[in-house]
Amino acid sequence: MNENVIYEAQNLCKRYGRKPALNNASFTVCAGKLVGLLGPNGSGKTTLLKISAGLLARSGGTVLIDGQTPGVYTKSVTSYLPDRMALPTEMRAADAVSLYADFYPDFDAAKAHAMLADLHIEARDRIGSMSKGTQEKMQLCLTMSRAAKLYLLDEPLGGVDPAARDYILQTILRNYSEDAALVLSTHLIGDIEKVLDEVIFLKEGTVLRQVGVDTLREECGQSVDEYFREVYKC
Amino acid sequence: MEWNITNGRPVYVQLVEQLELALVNGTFPPGSKVPPVRELAADAGVNPNTMQRALQELETRGLLQAQRTAGRTVTADADVLQQLRRKRAVALAQTFLHQMQALGLDRAETEELLRQTAEEE
Repeated sequence: MNENVIYEAQNLCKRYGRKPALNNASFTVCAGKLVGLLGPNGSGKTTLLKISAGLLARSGGTVLIDGQTPGVYTKSVTSYLPDRMALPTEMRAADAVSLYADFYPDFDAAKAHAMLADLHIEARDRIGSMSKGTQEKMQLCLTMSRAAKLYLLDEPLGGVDPAARDYILQTILRNYSEDAALVLSTHLIGDIEKVLDEVIFLKEGTVLRQVGVDTLREECGQSVDEYFREVYKC
Repeated sequence: MEWNITNGRPVYVQLVEQLELALVNGTFPPGSKVPPVRELAADAGVNPNTMQRALQELETRGLLQAQRTAGRTVTADADVLQQLRRKRAVALAQTFLHQMQALGLDRAETEELLRQTAEEE
């Protein structure tokens, strides 16, 4: 076993009632890698990230983050961005930064404030009065301001405008550490594939394929985006 | 510098090509320091590991030199750069000739066309 594996899922299963969401999903992610979790709606991306973040109990299989099953330790080294707004809406931007600073020892408040300033979010803006896209940016700034070993980002770019998207990708590229791994789910493959090392294709809760972006491009003469459209053609 | 990564071809191959161009046209002059990997990657909007791979490729070909403490520098060897310039120019010329052939121009017509266009420029 490679010693710089930071994330490992084995035969991961999750059932919601009788409906399976994950069905024997297995893959590993090594430190220093940026990995895209791709798949159509309902393929299990959010479920997989939620289980990994320790928010959801699995029905079967194992998840190891830095060698441990999700729990207190893994939460301290995992920075998770949920797919919906999770900050209290009555807070102001600066309050949310303080909240994160109180909660996570690895949180860099100065970095968070600098990112917010770059994205023109004022410290005294109230979260509830921000637009949906601005709330997403706010939450992403907080998530990326931690010095975690594993970043799990669920649709980080969905509601964000293209200019801010570029800024966010640049931020990820400039800040990511060689010891950390980043897994993100997205439908905006074209925007993001140049930034990724590998992509994982999910289908009906199983891993269809895990492959390097350049390997795929070399093999198919197609971008990951084009390949996705072909594989999942409706 | 300007980066342009297109679909359908490996990203690292395109990075190598565009870095070669930057070396030949003096964006990174001979003997100068090349910006850090992370800087270049963010600038091009690509994965740092991919940029690293492209730089390593240029390094094994002797176009860049790794400095023990301070990143990479462009080779100061003018011959190596001249060879690269020549190689790139030949490749462009071949593509041009193939396209002219595809349009049905013979060699004399192609040469005449080149001369005329150059005069008009």
